[in-house]
Amino acid sequence: MAHELLRLATAGSVDDGKSTLVGRLLHDTKSILSDTLDAIERVSRDRGLAGPDLALLTDGLRAEREQGITIDVAYRYFATPNRSFILADTPGHVQYTRNMVTGASTAELALILVDARHGVVEQTRRHAAISALLGIRHVALVVNKMDLVGFSPEVFEAIRGTFDAYARAHGVDDVVAIPISALDGDNVVTRSARTPWYDGPTLLEHLEAVPVGSDPAEQPLRFPVQVVIRPQDEAHHDYRGYAGRVAAGIVRVGDAVVVAASGLRSTVVAIDTYDGPLAWAQAGQSVTLRLADDIDISRGDLLAGAADAPQPVREVEATVTVLADQPLAPRQRLLLKTGTATVRAIVAGIDSRLDVDTLDVHEDATQLVLNDIGEVRLHLAEPVALDAYARVRSTGSFLLIDDQTGATVAAGMARPRIVAAPPHVHVSPAGASF
Amino acid sequence: MSTFPSTQTTTSTEGPTVTTTTTATTTTSTGPDRPTVIHHPTLPVDHLSALESEAIHIMREVVGEFERPALLFSGGKDSVVMLHVAVKAFHPARVPFPLLHVDTGHNFPEVLAYRDATVARTGTRLVVAQVQDWIDRGVLRERPDGTRNPLQTVPLLDTITEHRFDAVFGGGRRDEEKARAKERIFSLRDAFGQWDPRRQRPELWDLYNGRHAPGEHVRVFPLSNWTEADVWRYIEREGIALPSIYYAHERAVFRRGGMWLTPGDWGGPRPEEPVEVRRIRYRTVGDMSCTGAVDSGAGTVAEVIAEVTASRLTERGATRADDKLSEAAMEDRKREGYF
Repeated sequence: MAHELLRLATAGSVDDGKSTLVGRLLHDTKSILSDTLDAIERVSRDRGLAGPDLALLTDGLRAEREQGITIDVAYRYFATPNRSFILADTPGHVQYTRNMVTGASTAELALILVDARHGVVEQTRRHAAISALLGIRHVALVVNKMDLVGFSPEVFEAIRGTFDAYARAHGVDDVVAIPISALDGDNVVTRSARTPWYDGPTLLEHLEAVPVGSDPAEQPLRFPVQVVIRPQDEAHHDYRGYAGRVAAGIVRVGDAVVVAASGLRSTVVAIDTYDGPLAWAQAGQSVTLRLADDIDISRGDLLAGAADAPQPVREVEATVTVLADQPLAPRQRLLLKTGTATVRAIVAGIDSRLDVDTLDVHEDATQLVLNDIGEVRLHLAEPVALDAYARVRSTGSFLLIDDQTGATVAAGMARPRIVAAPPHVHVSPAGASF
Repeated sequence: MSTFPSTQTTTSTEGPTVTTTTTATTTTSTGPDRPTVIHHPTLPVDHLSALESEAIHIMREVVGEFERPALLFSGGKDSVVMLHVAVKAFHPARVPFPLLHVDTGHNFPEVLAYRDATVARTGTRLVVAQVQDWIDRGVLRERPDGTRNPLQTVPLLDTITEHRFDAVFGGGRRDEEKARAKERIFSLRDAFGQWDPRRQRPELWDLYNGRHAPGEHVRVFPLSNWTEADVWRYIEREGIALPSIYYAHERAVFRRGGMWLTPGDWGGPRPEEPVEVRRIRYRTVGDMSCTGAVDSGAGTVAEVIAEVTASRLTERGATRADDKLSEAAMEDRKREGYF
């Protein structure tokens, strides 16, 4: 069995002990080395703390250490004999909601922390909502500081019940709740003797067991072309390969494929890699495709299975999160980047704004500001093949970029409606609509 | 760290593996010389292949979107792995960007020989910035301790400007250090090469925003998500040759600042520092004045992996004097335009 890679993101409110938990995971999986630990013990001693402050492991920037807070997404790495883990550690402050969205965008599992004394608070609900929005299928609800509530099963069960109901309402089906004390290590890596009433997995056991990825056979083929490979030397005189990473599904030699924007069709004759040709490749693999026909394909094109290609659209409805200080407002001109394509876009309208503090939806919004989540309509300068994010994460996601400053203004998840036109028909720019 | 199940047979540590192959000239899917590799569809790709595919994707994005990329190549293992991935990313075409080396003048001769052989083998172009040239012109001044690592920043930035490089690949990994853990894969630098951690662009999914103003450039870290153990396991799996100083050998060394240093023109040893012959190896490759060796009997990749996974010291902690200066040493140097 392959040694797998699981990407996860953490989320918690201020003082939930998230940094301590991450420190505990690194420490107990022996992913921290002794010089790092020495440095932490020295600093902790200098600050008059009784034991090593494991939060110091993850608070990397000077301002964070001085203020005792976590500013930015930090990536952590640990491994067990079965799996390697990439952990996006995101801050819990209200003003840094964008960081949770960032960390969660690549995660397959969200680790949501609550303080057992406070239970499910607003920010817990917000994290659950964001996890659901970003299509994360697995949530681990980590009930921390159980030592401060006497390891009470009633407290734990009440929190689990409240969260479960909320998460299910948002469409997250796989929730596993785990009672822990990050400070003492209970049920993080080793099973606690203080929770005899709990028969579920420790946190690490759960992280090792949760299924990685989704079955690529269930997804349509999506292959954004990154670079055209043309060696132009004697040995490869007529070589023309389309280099990219399979974004979704499986590509096989012999597959009929279509260029989404032009509707041109061909057949895959080879899947090349440096290590030799493949009979087929699946989502996540970087390969180079060669086709039977010499058709016009360049960076920005999306190759899709001929039977199930996305419709190029010029009108997009999407859920967006604002990531920059500048607000997002109607008539604003931006660049939309999805896959390997970048096109000009105009904000045609803002339909609603989700108040991330109260989770109320406001339908009279005139603009979206930093950390807002809202529903917008975009008008594109040329047709772009987008999937519904809920169906295909990789080809349903996009960035909105300010052409002037280069800033990433917002992250979007497309919600295209079903279109009537068959996929191979080129949509005329003037008439493109849903 | 843990032990991983071995998925590949161990290959020779010395054999060059960036070998060229002519089998890709065939136009059918089943080349005559190499077997077709088949993965089971419902199994996730193993983690080294996932990391490699991510790095290849990042490099192709840069070549697709930037006009003048370059790859920082020191002969250190991370840059060697990065170049190996680049060769794979653009095969059967050549690597479509030059290599850039900032030579402090205190480099290990074995590493320079390795560098030149690798450039010749891969058919790449090498741009060298000699720190000595900046010292000779009076732009930089030699430090009393003889260490030239901090002097690399100005030659690096000047060379990036002179060649109008708009994207520069670096072999930095997020597991190396706390400040690096917060850096993006695409890291925007201003005209002074400076990194501002509070102004970083959020990086979502696998969409990288490389837009920059004239005079700015982007540092790109394709190995961001690799750990030291991943790098070594990949070197083993791919059979990548490294400079010989990465493996245990007898060497005359002396003790300074808790590290074993090699005597040299850079200014060591002092009279009170006795030289002795020890069996050592290097875990990182850098300026001789501040790169320390560790006592080691690890002569093969497999032995190095066993040593690295059992080590209780980080590679920078064990071998880099320049990172020990202050709690925020790396952050400060990154802000100034160092990697």
